Amino acid sequence: MLDARLAKRRAPFALDVAFQATAGSTTVLVGESGAGKTSALRLLAGLDRLDDGFVALGGERYADAALRLHLPAWQRDIGYVAQDYALFPHLSVFENVAFGLRATGVERGRLRTLVEEALELLGIAGLASRPSMQLSGGQQQRVALARALVLSPRLLLLDEPLSALDLQTRRAVRGELRALLKRLPCVTVYVTHSPVEALVFGDQIVVLEQGRVAQAGSREDLLRRPRSPFVAELVGTNLFVGRPVTSGPIVSPTIRTPEGDFAVDDQAGSGGVFLTVSPREITLYARLPEASAQNVFLGTVREIIPEPPAGDRVRVVLDARPPLVVEVTREAVGGLRLHEGMRIHAAFKATGVHVYS
Amino acid sequence: MLAGLLLVLLGLPLVSLVLRIPPAALLDRLREPLVLEALRLSLVTSLAATLVVVALGLPVAYLLAMREFPGKGAIEALIDLPMVLPPTVAGVALLTAFGRNGLAGHALGVLGITLPFTTLGVIVAQAFVAAPFFIGAARAGFTEVDRKYLDAAATLRATPARAFLAVLAPLASPALLAGAATGWARALGEFGATITFAGNMPGITQTMPLAVYLALQSDLDAAIALSVLLLLFSLAILLTLRLGPSRLAALVARARRPAR
Repeated sequence: MLDARLAKRRAPFALDVAFQATAGSTTVLVGESGAGKTSALRLLAGLDRLDDGFVALGGERYADAALRLHLPAWQRDIGYVAQDYALFPHLSVFENVAFGLRATGVERGRLRTLVEEALELLGIAGLASRPSMQLSGGQQQRVALARALVLSPRLLLLDEPLSALDLQTRRAVRGELRALLKRLPCVTVYVTHSPVEALVFGDQIVVLEQGRVAQAGSREDLLRRPRSPFVAELVGTNLFVGRPVTSGPIVSPTIRTPEGDFAVDDQAGSGGVFLTVSPREITLYARLPEASAQNVFLGTVREIIPEPPAGDRVRVVLDARPPLVVEVTREAVGGLRLHEGMRIHAAFKATGVHVYS
Repeated sequence: MLAGLLLVLLGLPLVSLVLRIPPAALLDRLREPLVLEALRLSLVTSLAATLVVVALGLPVAYLLAMREFPGKGAIEALIDLPMVLPPTVAGVALLTAFGRNGLAGHALGVLGITLPFTTLGVIVAQAFVAAPFFIGAARAGFTEVDRKYLDAAATLRATPARAFLAVLAPLASPALLAGAATGWARALGEFGATITFAGNMPGITQTMPLAVYLALQSDLDAAIALSVLLLLFSLAILLTLRLGPSRLAALVARARRPAR
């Protein structure tokens, strides 16, 4: 089990992130570039020093700023895969994978067996004698993983392991890597900027924003209950923060947000609440609808984005109060003659608003 | 036009030097004991000086390339100084430091070490002038190795010493070899500091450049023969530098290519 609080004072923002992770699980640190993901990973690895906080793995203290304790990287039981893999260019694939074993003084026969097993595990046994400079991106990634895993580390640190690959390779490798990580007994910390990878790999997802944890939780937590604009965008939903309306003539349960009032099914208490409206729950109408939707807003179409790029659904970004992202079918776009700058009504039911505190 | 002028300035003396002496005469001269002696002494002292410079220069270059510490600028200036110092001044400075009455001369005497006017003194003088060439090249070589490889080594259980031997030194090896070769060439051609600090005694301190100078006083042909010999040596070093480590250099250049 990993227990860490990673703090580093550094312009333009201070990093201060705390999380725990259990053996056999993958924790994804996700955030935009510059959010502090790689810095956090380097602190876990011991490549940089903590200004504050601690790193403990399975009861062993690797670093503790209060005790001025800092175990250098080479004394930590870790595996680290850098973003561009950093294979040693002067060594063959075999020697790259054998590097850590030689450093720990494993005897020759056992070393050969372990290296061959690691190459086998990653499906690159045939590459053993190749110079590492002559590998494709996907092959390099496998060698980097084999090089880290051959040491059976208790903590595996992956920095954007898929981002150096081209799109096609990435899709193929993603599934394999996920299957591999699921089998590993170690704690895995996976850094990425990609929401998709976060959702695919994360047993636990820690969302970083400007060096802070914006939200942490399971995949389901994040999907169902985003608590920051970044997370809402990450999972692709409309998020608002507001308070139930409790005074005045109340016709139906209502929540007031800075962007407008929402008719809801249940106010979920009387304090501050989050509410989300799934883009699929919203319907667009050219004329003011007479149907039963309790929430109707008039807005201007700002953007029409195919989602996914070649799919049959389309995301419509509306400038309205409140601003909304709506997901409709391509047929609907045609039927409504939807175009940018068009005035349109967006409607959804009270039951379409998900409220939680 | 101007470029052509410079090429003539650089090339003509070399061509004329070689043209002045037929190859057979050159070989004859080579058999003379005085020449042989000077050649042997030059090779021994310059190689020893290069070894000293490499052994002592590596850690210095490593620290300058990898660490920040107070007084770094002063140390850099100190190391570069022999490059701009007139060699005779270097010789005088060495005398005042390591001569019998020099600052450290007495301490050396107690240890039974005499430097002025000894072969050891020649090596010290050569090392003094050659050091900046090696340290400069080695430092640049270390600096150019991408830190990610050292990080990778550290996360693969390599102690700093192991990371140096197994990763940093091999990746910087073209620069290290080039630095050692230029240092060696500088030691081989060293004249001013040697004659000032170590004198001009055949078999003991009379290296090739000193022998050339001495021969010039009495026997121009001998001086030319020795000069051609030195020229060939320098040329050989240059060619090794240009062609020898090129494969390594290409490898390292690819390693240094920025990540996509």
